Amino acid sequence: MREVQYREAVAEAMREEMLRDESVFLMGEEVAEYNGAYKASKGLLDEFGPRRVIDTPIAELGFSAIGVGAAMNGLRPIVEFMTWNFAILAADQIINHAAKMLQMSGGQYNVPIVFRGPNGTAGQLAATHSQSFESMYASIPGLKVVTPFTPYEAKGLLKAAIRDNDPVLVMESEKMYGDKGLIPDGEYLVPIGKANIRRTGTDCTIVSFGKILKTVHAAADALAAEGIEVEVIDLVTIRPLDLDTIVESIKKTNRLVIVEESFPVASISSEIAYRVQRHAFDYLDAPIRRLCQSDTPFAFATSLIDAALPQTGDIVQAVKDVAYVA
Amino acid sequence: MPIRTDFSATVEHISILDEHGVLDEQLAKDTLTDEQVLELFQYMCKCRALDETAFKLQRSGRMGTYPQNKGQEAAAIGSAFAAKRGVDWLVPCYRENAALWMHGLPMHYVLLHWMGDERGNQIPQGVNITPLCIPIGTQMLHATGISWAMKLRGIPGVAITYFGDGATSEGDFHEAMNFASVQQTPTIFFCQNNEWAISVPRERQMWSSTVAQKAIAYGMPCVRVDGNDLFAVYKASRDAIERARAGGGPSFIEAVTYRLADHTTADDARRYRDPVEVEAWVGKDPIIRLRKYLVSKGLWDDAKQAELDEAGKAMVSEVVRAAEGIAKPAVSDIFDYTYATIPPELEVQRRTMRTHSLGQSPEQVGLAGR
Ligand SMILES: Cc1ncc(C[n+]2csc(CCOP(=O)(O)OP(=O)(O)O)c2C)c(N)n1
Ligand SMILES: [Mg+2]
Repeated sequence: MREVQYREAVAEAMREEMLRDESVFLMGEEVAEYNGAYKASKGLLDEFGPRRVIDTPIAELGFSAIGVGAAMNGLRPIVEFMTWNFAILAADQIINHAAKMLQMSGGQYNVPIVFRGPNGTAGQLAATHSQSFESMYASIPGLKVVTPFTPYEAKGLLKAAIRDNDPVLVMESEKMYGDKGLIPDGEYLVPIGKANIRRTGTDCTIVSFGKILKTVHAAADALAAEGIEVEVIDLVTIRPLDLDTIVESIKKTNRLVIVEESFPVASISSEIAYRVQRHAFDYLDAPIRRLCQSDTPFAFATSLIDAALPQTGDIVQAVKDVAYVA
Repeated sequence: MPIRTDFSATVEHISILDEHGVLDEQLAKDTLTDEQVLELFQYMCKCRALDETAFKLQRSGRMGTYPQNKGQEAAAIGSAFAAKRGVDWLVPCYRENAALWMHGLPMHYVLLHWMGDERGNQIPQGVNITPLCIPIGTQMLHATGISWAMKLRGIPGVAITYFGDGATSEGDFHEAMNFASVQQTPTIFFCQNNEWAISVPRERQMWSSTVAQKAIAYGMPCVRVDGNDLFAVYKASRDAIERARAGGGPSFIEAVTYRLADHTTADDARRYRDPVEVEAWVGKDPIIRLRKYLVSKGLWDDAKQAELDEAGKAMVSEVVRAAEGIAKPAVSDIFDYTYATIPPELEVQRRTMRTHSLGQSPEQVGLAGR
């Protein structure tokens, strides 16, 4: 094992897949000369040249669609967005074309493409730059959505995504690119569609994903100090959802708190809450609780940012509430 | 410092066969042989017959909404004839049936599509055509990507993408044109300027006097042609394709034509178009002028036309029979073509045939057996 940064793990995944498969290439704004807005493509231009690492014009819709076309004709594009907040301009191509081409061609044209970039809030970036898009895209049949939390997943999941024959959306974070973690020396893949139990416990299950897991872990430590052992499930893949892992955990803990860094309405937590009540109702000893970001455009002022996001204390309290601990 | 001109441009307009069927022999040189013209004329007539039948099928409830091609046959066929089957790609919108046919798509596919069956877009293996594209303008970008992939993979093919005048108002058009020229992709942007986007005339969609000049901003070679003139369309398309194949990058062709019918069967163009304008364009019909030309050259006569009309009828009824004779699609199709590899939760839905409300029954999460 060796320690790498999240951004290095992303770059390694792309590099290895580009070495392995001629048809893989990277395109996006500033990915070549500049090594990516967050340096996640460092060294790739030098190694692979401008034919396979392409700086595109500033046209999210356009280069996403060109990627879709290239994917329909034998290539495996990786499309980097500076942020998923700017990828809204490309939503037509992701939702209406990448996701539906296979269906609308009666199975003739699949679209093996990866769309990746940072997602969610990242401090003082203001409302138009601080949104999470997992739930929006996860509601679209034909798409797969993954949110790697550690460098280990960042590399292994991205490699799996590049090899996948369907469009896969990879949600990273500006706040995670500098995170360090251990990865194996040799090649490995992290399968799409499997949740990861990050911490075992018997008193309550917390389901979460992405950057907010850091807060969840802090809450879990605080709770442990008070004798409450929570089980933390990292969804890792948002669609297809690994419901079995969640339900099995609830059979043991009988309690569920969902922590999500996104707006609450029609979110991943809403979906999980529905499915859990449908499949594990009799195992629940308390109503499900969820914590999301505030139901408002995200704040700009530092003092308001914390208020808009679930904090450690909020999570601790929610767990105590469902565990009926004072 | 004096004021100087840094850039100026002109747009050429090619016309070879005029509306009276008179050919410019000089310009027609090295374009189409008599034999080819005869073949393409027959394609055009048969497509017109199919178009009229499709309209009737819709009116009698045997087909959904259908966009007629009437009047635009020369633009479609002249361009597609310049492409190589099995090598070059056609990336259509929805008003170029003759081009699809020319490029190898069995014609009952088109009817099947408009009858509301996904399998009309299940393009046969080896036929390089993408599904009909209803969202306006989105396919031009796919064509850019498809042709770019050929360039990157070293395949000597080009992609021709079809779109209307209206589509050039979309951002997609401009992003595609820009990217194609920056990357010098082998893409032919073929605009069927039929003067209308549903009820909006060209002058209210753009302030430029031609569509072609939009390409100039992207440094892309562009030309206008009489879109009802088979020779001119073919010549411009062939030249653009040859240039792209030789590594010369993308081109823009504006085929000036006219939608002789309604926008679709759901439209009544009489409400917004001046009959005088329509009449003038009826006089420029691509089929009528080609027939006049063939007759004047002694290559065509009434007997041959009668024979062709019969053959057209037979072909059309065969196509309709094929489209209507296909068994209904299986429910499993909606699951099978959602992902290349079906994920477990969808697999359970497929097995239980619960097409609605994911997660309604225990067996749908794979927990039933535990
Ligand atoms: C993105 C999008 N916006 C609007 C429409 C509705 N619409 C269908 S056809 C059409 C007009 C298109 O005009 P043009 O590009 O000139 O093609 P034509 O129908 O004349 O061949 C419009 C606005 C659509 N299909 N897609
Ligand atoms: Mg039009």
